[in-house]
Amino acid sequence: MQRIENYVTMDFLSRSNNEGFMRVAAAGFAAQLDPTLDELGDIKTAVSEAVTNAIVHAYPDSIGRIQVKMKLLESNTLEIVVRDWGRGIANIEQARQPLFTTGGEERSGMGFTIMESFMDVLRIKSTPNKGTTVVMRKRISQRTKR
Amino acid sequence: MELSIIGKDRALEIQLKGELDHHGAKGLLTQMDLAIERYVPRILTMDFGGVTFMDSSGIAVVLRGWQRMRELGGEMRLTHVAPQPRKVFETAGVGRMMTINAGEETEYAAH
Repeated sequence: MQRIENYVTMDFLSRSNNEGFMRVAAAGFAAQLDPTLDELGDIKTAVSEAVTNAIVHAYPDSIGRIQVKMKLLESNTLEIVVRDWGRGIANIEQARQPLFTTGGEERSGMGFTIMESFMDVLRIKSTPNKGTTVVMRKRISQRTKR
Repeated sequence: MELSIIGKDRALEIQLKGELDHHGAKGLLTQMDLAIERYVPRILTMDFGGVTFMDSSGIAVVLRGWQRMRELGGEMRLTHVAPQPRKVFETAGVGRMMTINAGEETEYAAH
């Protein structure tokens, strides 16, 4: 268990106009780690994918609760936990496959692939009809302070 | 997400502006389909110069355009793609399917 240096928790409804807000919030929290523009882009993209999954898949026919917890861990590591209390994922291995989607033609099926390749760690826990928790971690490179 | 559609001589250009996420992409597929039906282009160019952020929602949009252009026997190009959306495209292997340019196409600059 790594020591938590700082954290922020956000609770919000699964409305799609919160996607942009959550990206900005994640970028704002990550700023204290002095990330590069590329690292910031990776974090925003991964958060966007996780939050969109919760909005689209956890609550397909309703509006539900989503929680995003951002933690600053030791050794310049950012942890982002996206949790919902929705439908759950029946088959996680299948959901992680590139191009697999149950979301129709508006979705590409690349969400988990992007989270996995843009972050260092991706863990998914899900129970059908109970909800899903996605844990992502990324270590931010230590740059020489100016 | 704002959309400008410019059709001329069976070349269709779609200029995107804003954040291309699930929220912003709503209605984009329908508008693109309608524009392709109307202009029946040989070349579809999607200009990403005004896109400030893109996630996998953009992949779905581009793959749909690519599919339509393949049905028409035409081609598709992406221009002015910034590093963040480019990385998303590369992760999905979109670069193997169509030309992705960071700048303007030279043949287009001549017009």
